[in-house]
Amino acid sequence: MAVGELSEKRPTRYEIEDVEAADRRSRWRFRILFAVVWLGLIIGLAVGLALTGRIDPAFILEVGPFILDGTPTTLLICFSSILLACVLATLGALGRLSGNPVLNAIASFYVSLLRGTPLVVQILFWYLALPQFGVVLDALPAGIGALAFNYGAYMTEIFRAGVEAVPRGQQEAARALGMRESEVMRRIVFPQALRIVTPAIGNEFIAMIKDSALVYLLGVREVLWRADVMGTRFFRSTETLLIAAVVYWILTIVLSFFQERLERRMARGDR
Amino acid sequence: MRTSGIEKYFGRNHVLRGIDLEVRRREAVMVIGRSGSGKTTLLRCINFLEEPTSGWVEVDGLRVEADPLHARSRRHREQIRQIRLRAGMLFQEFNLFPHMSVVQNLIEAPTRVRGLPRDAALELAERYLEKVGLLDKRNEYPARLSGGQKQRAAIARALCMEPKVLLFDEPTSALDPELIGEVLNVMEDLAHEGVTMIVVTHEMHFAREAADRVVFMEDGVILEQGPPEQVLNDPHREETRNFLRRFLQT
Repeated sequence: MAVGELSEKRPTRYEIEDVEAADRRSRWRFRILFAVVWLGLIIGLAVGLALTGRIDPAFILEVGPFILDGTPTTLLICFSSILLACVLATLGALGRLSGNPVLNAIASFYVSLLRGTPLVVQILFWYLALPQFGVVLDALPAGIGALAFNYGAYMTEIFRAGVEAVPRGQQEAARALGMRESEVMRRIVFPQALRIVTPAIGNEFIAMIKDSALVYLLGVREVLWRADVMGTRFFRSTETLLIAAVVYWILTIVLSFFQERLERRMARGDR
Repeated sequence: MRTSGIEKYFGRNHVLRGIDLEVRRREAVMVIGRSGSGKTTLLRCINFLEEPTSGWVEVDGLRVEADPLHARSRRHREQIRQIRLRAGMLFQEFNLFPHMSVVQNLIEAPTRVRGLPRDAALELAERYLEKVGLLDKRNEYPARLSGGQKQRAAIARALCMEPKVLLFDEPTSALDPELIGEVLNVMEDLAHEGVTMIVVTHEMHFAREAADRVVFMEDGVILEQGPPEQVLNDPHREETRNFLRRFLQT
């Protein structure tokens, strides 16, 4: 073995195996301490809250299931909104990359308008103002539409940057092989752009989970709405908001975990 | 293959000042010259990756006039595409498609552009992979290849389109010194087999071995051309002599 030969020829002060073992030990020490601190902080937070005497565990157990039942609705909102947002962002990015001034202006206007106004205003507008123009939507589709259009605007810019990040030489090589412009885009540029933007889409999705709480304003029976209803009914908003916060937090942790794995898999792939 | 009166401006910058170049079938032409002399631009103008400002390019009987004002017209674009089918291009940075395996890289254009059935394209791909010595890498992704292997795969990819002429744009400039040889060997074999090629290169030794003709460019014009022994050993022009002297010193 090369390593063995090396250490035979040039004796060092330490055996290579010992150095490796020390490295491993220090990595493990880091991990363990890291986990201990996390656990400590969580327990500390829980104990701290309990010591205030304002938290009633029995009440939490009582209203917990009702609030948790909002999770599927929250996830439904997020998944449908992000899907629709991806479609909108694809169209938007095509517009922003287009040489056609009309399409480009429309896409640019869309991005500017929806990024330039508060999400809350947009959500209320979809539900409360659109009916004035004859478009009456239920709370759930109105909320999904508002989130999707808003995120679609942000993701338009992400998708556009993704396409622009594909090295120029890729297009040139494809063209030099005689491919038509549409083939160059479809077969060479977009597949690579998709890989580039996947981590960013993951981030948007995680952000969406938290922003989806805003549709409680429309009375959609998702996590925050249920927490608010219970909190107001029993005048115990501390507990119900805590439950809601924990639900969102856990959802984002789970999703971050999947996102990290996806990213690692794509990094291992082919670049 | 012929070009006539190729001019290229980048903005106000006059990069090519009237290039007339004729390359006969089975001829290997090496283009040398300082960086900034317009060698690469000339190559890119031949297959219209840059639209020349004026002049025309003719490959295998198809002549396309430079038409910078109507570069976006459908007819002109289709003509350019036909030129590109006749003139394969190799890049300094290889530009393999990273999301496709080697063999997918090779069959993508033959199946989509030439309309070959998949089986025929695969057969073609294997033939050329064998020629460049990469048959065992057919299912690898480009990221797992060395630079030399990438450039050889890119050569096989270009050959799969069975072009009339291959354009090499400094194909070994991005390679580690120890990997240059394997690429030059493949190119030399192609030259000896009679593949028509134009090579922009700084590898003088290679030019001497493989070229039928060496072209020296400076400031956007062809200053001197001729057989490699003559241009490289006994150049007529002072500028060529200066270039070669400075080049061999460094």
